Amino acid sequence: MTAQFQQARWNEPLLSEIGSPGERGYIPSPPEAEIIARVPDALSGIPASFQRAEPPRLPEVAQPQLMRHFMRLSQETMGNDVAVDFGLGTCTMKYSPKVNEHLVRLPEVSGLHPLQHVDTVQGILEILWRLEQMLCAISGLDRFTLQPPSGSAAVYTNASIVRAYHRSRGEGEQRNEIISSIFSHPCDQSGPYSAGYKIVQLYPGPNGYPEVDALKAALSDRTAGIVITNPEDTGIYNPHIKEFTRLVHEAGGLCVYDQANANGMMGIARAKEAGFDLCHFNMHKTFSSPHNGMGPAMGASGVREDLARFLPAPVVEKRGDLFELDWNRPESIGKVRSFVGNAQIAVRSYSWILALGPDGIREVAETAVLNANYLAALLREVPGMSQPFPTSNTPLEQFRWSLEGFKEETGVGSSDISRNLSDYGLQPIFTSHHPYLVPEPITPEPAESFSKADLDTFGNAFLDIAHRAQADPDEVLNGPYRNACRRIDSAALDDPYRWVPSSRAERTRMCNAAESAPLHNQPS
Amino acid sequence: MPHPYIPNSAPKVRAEMLRIIGAKSIDDLYTTVPKELRYNDRLPLEEGIPEEGRLRRHVTGILNKNTPATEMLSFLGAGCYQHEVPAVCDEINRRGEFVTSYAGDTYGDHGRLQALWEFQDLMAELVELDVVTTPNYDWSTAAAMALRSCVMLTGRKRVLVPAALLLDRRLVFADYLSHDVQVDEIPFNEETGLLDLDALRAALADDVAAVYIEYPNAFGVVDYQAPEVVELAHEHGALAVVGADPTGLGLLAAPGSFGADFAVGDVQPLGMHMSYGGGLSGYLAFHNDPAVIESCPAFIFAKTATLEPGQNGFGYLNFDRTHYVKRGEGSQNGGTTTALWAITAAAYLGLLGPQGLRELGEGLMQRSRYAAERLGEIPGVTGPRFSGPILKEFVITYDNHEVAAVDDALRARGIFGGKDLSVDFPTLGRSSLWAVTEVHTKDDIDRLVEVLTEVLA
Repeated sequence: MTAQFQQARWNEPLLSEIGSPGERGYIPSPPEAEIIARVPDALSGIPASFQRAEPPRLPEVAQPQLMRHFMRLSQETMGNDVAVDFGLGTCTMKYSPKVNEHLVRLPEVSGLHPLQHVDTVQGILEILWRLEQMLCAISGLDRFTLQPPSGSAAVYTNASIVRAYHRSRGEGEQRNEIISSIFSHPCDQSGPYSAGYKIVQLYPGPNGYPEVDALKAALSDRTAGIVITNPEDTGIYNPHIKEFTRLVHEAGGLCVYDQANANGMMGIARAKEAGFDLCHFNMHKTFSSPHNGMGPAMGASGVREDLARFLPAPVVEKRGDLFELDWNRPESIGKVRSFVGNAQIAVRSYSWILALGPDGIREVAETAVLNANYLAALLREVPGMSQPFPTSNTPLEQFRWSLEGFKEETGVGSSDISRNLSDYGLQPIFTSHHPYLVPEPITPEPAESFSKADLDTFGNAFLDIAHRAQADPDEVLNGPYRNACRRIDSAALDDPYRWVPSSRAERTRMCNAAESAPLHNQPS
Repeated sequence: MPHPYIPNSAPKVRAEMLRIIGAKSIDDLYTTVPKELRYNDRLPLEEGIPEEGRLRRHVTGILNKNTPATEMLSFLGAGCYQHEVPAVCDEINRRGEFVTSYAGDTYGDHGRLQALWEFQDLMAELVELDVVTTPNYDWSTAAAMALRSCVMLTGRKRVLVPAALLLDRRLVFADYLSHDVQVDEIPFNEETGLLDLDALRAALADDVAAVYIEYPNAFGVVDYQAPEVVELAHEHGALAVVGADPTGLGLLAAPGSFGADFAVGDVQPLGMHMSYGGGLSGYLAFHNDPAVIESCPAFIFAKTATLEPGQNGFGYLNFDRTHYVKRGEGSQNGGTTTALWAITAAAYLGLLGPQGLRELGEGLMQRSRYAAERLGEIPGVTGPRFSGPILKEFVITYDNHEVAAVDDALRARGIFGGKDLSVDFPTLGRSSLWAVTEVHTKDDIDRLVEVLTEVLA
């Protein structure tokens, strides 16, 4: 192996294991003596039975050691700032400009309380309003809410709006099915399920996307709508999408476009022209807000004008030169999160779109697709790599290919190769959402932020692992070697008798569960 | 001109890549998108500002129209609080490694997973329940998810919640539950602000999936009847969801200690800036019971062994229960929530430790009691409105003045008054909810008293 990368490996103890009794890392400002004199007993009025009997078992650690602990954990984390991260397909990992991080940490953002009088938050309301206008332009739809705090929350919000729409027409009970497709993101089904819908799943035809006939068979007077991704997670675009939306409308349903990842499509094709009534974008994917290790995030939900009355309250309105929060929305679905959502993320995405402008936004999409096709050209050289559908050969922003042949030859599959990529300073590659219709899948998504050299590095590492696997499969199966930790005992993650979600759970289990097996080193 | 964010926009490299792909132009790569769907115009967006200096000036120009609560004297709370933010918390959550990470797992993101596990670990100690998830979006959505789990676990379709509930919480429940679950509100005692236990007894029946109680409630009152509420729920085969502000848990009974099945709350006070509500993050805790864990698909990380003796590794606990695997067949929605705030909260809890958390809670109770009593002494103010004990918020009522008019007058003098309750709780009259935390000094409170006295005179 020729790679020179070595991740920090601190073997850092758990936070609960550092420090010693009596140490402390922070002293909150105490109340003044006069306050204490007037209210000597803080707990007066609280019955003794409701006072905490034992102090919580929290760490007792001084500030330097705690700071060092978390810095070390950060060094054991491959964010996009430090690693080529495009292995994580469907996630649209891209550069999050530093200027935007500086902007959201200004007190004019971080110091705002969400219930301040609107006169004192005209700036943030203006940003929310301007971002909404931008998203309307990019989608062709008429109104957006920025309240949903994630992509799946946005899909859920859109499903709630579909529900409210049919109820308003007296068809709420009857129309209880949402159609989706198995290569759409899983939240396109779990979101509508959480909103009370039964899910009808479409499976791909020979070209990788659902056929028109399959849709026709799924439609009925129970159809509330369709929630679908296009291009799907496979990077394959369904060219019959306009026919899909026409048929769903004919059956009385609404069409919801999951555009969480619109990175290959911005300025190329829009929700409106394809006939969609609702859509959503993930600000933390396509629009560059960092993923924050799994949030906070923002999913912006967009609708046609006649559905705007159902949007969650409040919405930002511009009246003259002033911005207001409109709470008077009698037909609103309610709220999907407190206040207006993660406003700081709107600042980042607004700034990012503005930095690019109309030409830059289109260039983002074109470059993402260029990068995906270039990476595809490199990975075509991997022995045993195959394309599951004829349409997989010219992907859009990402692609799902298969290492089935390679696994048959070597015994080394896609998850093994993925794991070993981290030995090269590359984020492991995403395989696929479940179910694995494509066997031994990989799904890379090299967004516009990655250079040709980054793509070459990734391609070379992939080929190197493949050659190592052909020479000595066990050597790859036991990898990775140069990361913060070695291969884990993953069976313990799924076994209720062995899983350890907290020290507290470990203590309880070890005391009570006679049948619990001791922790031991047993990689699977 | 190549854009600073797009390395491969340089013409030479583009041509070379197209040559290797075997395509003549970028357009060749889009052949699968039908011509009639193609958007051939320029997007109607403002012209781009690729120069960072110009961009920064433009955006800060807009943001400068804001007046941050932190630069005024603010007493706003009601679900989002101005607490001290230790510098260490800011330092940790601005680390690019954490900020720009996402779904990398066991190997690439070992440190992130350990930090998230430590959040679970510390919060489990604080609430005295064994399993804590990666936090949900906020307190309201965490409570809604817990109540939905109760519906799934019991097969019953009715939940009881306090009428003393923040409006946002009520509206989140309305959306997430009401389409197939009956959400009944239990009134509060007009005198104490506590839940009306007789009304709860009357409402409880064998069709109730869950009872929800919180401390403090929407009026800032620490409802110390929570243990009785849990017991009553269990007597009817219902589950109990208990909301608790973590800043009180250094000295108040933990939800798990009196039998709560689920505990929820917001960790925003534990090291997060308010960010116009963007700092919220709803913790969610429950028993280490596979059926409960199955019902609630928020991510949980588990600690495990590795090939190297003595080394810890981390991974998703029972990933197959999440919506990523179950899709539309029985799973609640999940996904990206608020992991960065969980890491921050873990650092905060580590910094304060048991002693710091106790001192914090004591100081909150002393300051807020002091402020409530001092405000109550002002002519024209009845306060505190409720006699129940408080943590950091309380209600006062103006005898004659409209809350909005008083707020306007206070704002003109540099003070953001408490949240107006007269719209959300019309029966309380001209009432407002005030938050006092460790950021407020005695001088701040005394200044408020002085100014409010003047405004009401």
